[in-house]
Amino acid sequence: MSRIDGNGLRQSCRNIRASIVRMAHYGGTPHVASCLSCVEVLAGLYFRALRVDPERPSWAERDRFILSKGHASMALYATLSERGFFSSSLLDEYATDGGCLAEHPGPGCAPGIEAATGSLGHGLSIAAGLALGARQRGQRARAFCLLSDGECNEGSVWEAAIFARRYALENLIAIVDYNKWSAMARTETFLEPLAEKWRAFGWGTAEIDGHDVEEVAAALDAVPFEKGRPTAIVAHTVKGKGVSYMENDLEWHYRTPNRRDLEQALEEIARPAAEPVSMVQP
Amino acid sequence: MRNAFIRGLTALAGQDDRVMLLTGDLGFKIFDDFARRFPGRFVNAGVAEGNMIGVAAGLAMAGFHPFAYSIAPFATLRCFEQIRDDVCYHDLPVTVVGVGGGYSYGPNGPTHHALEDIGVMRALPNMTVLCPGDPVEAELSVAAAGCHVGPTYLRLGRAGDPVVHRRPPEFRIGSAIAVRDGADCVLVSTGGMLPVAMEAARLLQGFEIEASVLSMHTVKPLDAAALERCCRAGAPMFTLEEHWQAGGLGSAIGEWMVDRQIQCRLVSIAAGDRFAHGSGSQDSLRAREGLTAEQVASRVASTLEKHSC
Repeated sequence: MSRIDGNGLRQSCRNIRASIVRMAHYGGTPHVASCLSCVEVLAGLYFRALRVDPERPSWAERDRFILSKGHASMALYATLSERGFFSSSLLDEYATDGGCLAEHPGPGCAPGIEAATGSLGHGLSIAAGLALGARQRGQRARAFCLLSDGECNEGSVWEAAIFARRYALENLIAIVDYNKWSAMARTETFLEPLAEKWRAFGWGTAEIDGHDVEEVAAALDAVPFEKGRPTAIVAHTVKGKGVSYMENDLEWHYRTPNRRDLEQALEEIARPAAEPVSMVQP
Repeated sequence: MRNAFIRGLTALAGQDDRVMLLTGDLGFKIFDDFARRFPGRFVNAGVAEGNMIGVAAGLAMAGFHPFAYSIAPFATLRCFEQIRDDVCYHDLPVTVVGVGGGYSYGPNGPTHHALEDIGVMRALPNMTVLCPGDPVEAELSVAAAGCHVGPTYLRLGRAGDPVVHRRPPEFRIGSAIAVRDGADCVLVSTGGMLPVAMEAARLLQGFEIEASVLSMHTVKPLDAAALERCCRAGAPMFTLEEHWQAGGLGSAIGEWMVDRQIQCRLVSIAAGDRFAHGSGSQDSLRAREGLTAEQVASRVASTLEKHSC
């Protein structure tokens, strides 16, 4: 695939966001805001960083991506479809009885889905195993893992962080979608200093604006940040990004958009210049 | 069984380069030879069992067959959700190895005992549960687990378990081994209770009772054909396990009987529903729970006598 530029990435993000809000509406499911916060990161991964081939989703030497925050499945499904792993008609099956795309991704539920997730704190260990396995096989494949900030409460995340440093997993990249909200609380109050934690665990670490596609792409292009060390990217994001009434409103961790909500959301997402006013970060 | 395990695993790793060994920082010195011969395939995952199982799942997704080793309660309980979601849900070829089944780590106390591991592991879809009865079965079970395509739990005893099989028996997952013949009752044993069952069978001869002994090394899937044969023969069945009754071998066979609507006399001999407070060796804790050969023989004899009156 030819190298995509910032405008191309931004257009992909708009398409992915539109798919997400449609799925949330028609599927009647929660977590729409958790999906909207990681769109630029997913677009950066699938349209820029990952060495994957939608025509050969099981290609042995591909990079792997594990969505450890499995509740953002709509964002992953939408991104995979946008990237050509499967037809957008499959998205219509999301959260339907007997459909293959569930609220949390199942094992091999669609081309490009590498692992089933849903319970938090599992993905980084799996990704570490994939990274170690690739190295053992002498492959250049890398493993990327997207975590939520609330997920960083889980002890197993830090078990994996110690393990990855111990085994010098240079081909492992963790990205934290730091949207500042867990399911019931403001995460900064207990997670800060988050980037310092990853540094203290021996990871090459950077903080980025997780909604600036150029910054996301540049960070992903630059991994690993330090030789012989795993990489952590703390992506500062906004929960509900791109839909003004969802941004930073915890209600949208739970609510599903009704028809009017959907129409407004699609309208805001479609406007190229529309940069919804974000709440000022404290 | 521990030494038989590592012997079997080292041999297997020599034939199959997908085999990897992960340990939760346990097994001082016993893995030295493995680590020397297969340096990239030995991983000390540290005292972090949840991560160890997740890593094992990732390795299995990358085409390896990892064996993840720790003391049985740590290998199964701390990381239960990783075994459930990462290994069993994905149906991956990961073998979880728990050393110290039952009261093997007696003096270490209840934190180190494994009396629910069979029940907990057998509750999981896709999981195969192997509880070899002696070091010979343990070594054979490693090879069997290595060839198995899905998740396996391998429950070992400790170092120095008595050898029962003088010659290696045919070992197949899901196929119980008839170790002794007798017409009056069947002692169905799993795990390290096999030597106890054999000794109890010998003692029962003093009561003029001839007992069969069946080594049910695979608790999931059960050997339904062997159980059906026992039921048809009509001799009462006694299950022997170093495990709490809930979810163990007796429980599994009881479920099987209910499911098949088969009527057969079944007595479950298992540890009582309690923690072993205070200090005690494996032998003393077995004695506390009625699991020595003498206690088993006497319970079997009195049960048969009562029934025949």
